[in-house]
Amino acid sequence: MSFTEAMEGVLAKYSLITAFAAVGGLVWISYVLSAKLTRGRLHGSAIAILLGLALAWIGGALTEGKKGIADISFLAGVGMMGGAMFRDLAIVATAFGVRMEEFRKAGLGGAIALLAGVTVSFAVGALVAFAFGYRDAVSLTTIGGGAATYIVGPVTGGAIGASSEVMALSVAAGLVKSILVMTMTPFIARRIGLDNPRSAMVFGGLMGTTSGVAGGLAATDPKLVPYGAMTATFYTGIGCLLGPSLIFIVIRALV
Amino acid sequence: MYGGRDQPESCGLRGARVRGMIRRSLGTMVIYGTALLSACLLLGLLVGRAIGWMVGVEANIGGVGLAMLALILCCDRLQAAKLMRPPTEQGIQFWSSVYIPVVVAMAASQNVFAALSGGAVAVVAGVLSVAACFALVPVIGRIGSKEAGKDTAAE
Repeated sequence: MSFTEAMEGVLAKYSLITAFAAVGGLVWISYVLSAKLTRGRLHGSAIAILLGLALAWIGGALTEGKKGIADISFLAGVGMMGGAMFRDLAIVATAFGVRMEEFRKAGLGGAIALLAGVTVSFAVGALVAFAFGYRDAVSLTTIGGGAATYIVGPVTGGAIGASSEVMALSVAAGLVKSILVMTMTPFIARRIGLDNPRSAMVFGGLMGTTSGVAGGLAATDPKLVPYGAMTATFYTGIGCLLGPSLIFIVIRALV
Repeated sequence: MYGGRDQPESCGLRGARVRGMIRRSLGTMVIYGTALLSACLLLGLLVGRAIGWMVGVEANIGGVGLAMLALILCCDRLQAAKLMRPPTEQGIQFWSSVYIPVVVAMAASQNVFAALSGGAVAVVAGVLSVAACFALVPVIGRIGSKEAGKDTAAE
């Protein structure tokens, strides 16, 4: 066993700890860059998320794995730290100190946003697939599901029997969406009035991608996170419910 | 008469003693806060999955959102009963304050490579659906605020 292997073994065995240290370092670098290079105009967390995505691309290019930088063995803990378990615990914790009335006030807007978000995403995804030459209702619905979230796509496709190639496309569409929401939200937040709990709930319902909304709002204004996350959390379930049923029937009737 | 919560006067002494005991025991450990947070998350996830199962969907419907509601309600109750002590709060606040690093780790473990090499259909579908939804935020936000305005007017 070489020296590097021995050292890597320690880091890999304590992978979650390695992740805490590595992510902490990355966040620190990002906040320094934010202060020095952009004079705080681009928020530190936005830079950290961008750097994280860049690292994820490098990880994917190096290992051809599916978990970004977490596919490099000694950084596997990043996958655990950023996985659904810790993410959901942290999201729920952000609700601490939030007042119930805020949710109640935005309830209707959030509910409308959810239905509109699911429908519009399916429609746009299916139209794009149609424009690229897909003509069968199964593929159109599955790619439309991917435009909703990268979970809705394959769940819908699995239920209505899509080919694995189309399922992979739908996952990719969902990933593109999630990455775009993470990175673009801070830039367009002001233009779409995303600066209060109510619009954050509408935003979460329309976008639906939990990771996108979680990252996008964190980079915009962490105070808005619980509101956006609250509605986004219903999106994937509703998408998986409507996709293979109502939406598939409608799309089949149209083509 | 049987000393329920509504009639503290009928069992004032014992009730106060029990409450005092609970208060003393609950105020001392950070883990109580984290345990409460975890219990709320699990409860939400179980209920969300149960709703999904009942409508025949392989997904969790609103689990995290329900967990957030549960946490808000619990904290409200505990604060009203003065059972929420600083150590308990710290056990929740820690997780809320590592939210951004967790999201950064999440970003770093996304399948970015697949997203960017998934082909033009995937990229165009993703871009256009995000653009459409961004554009809808102010539109639907307005509907919501009109309703909220009505509500406050009615009150």
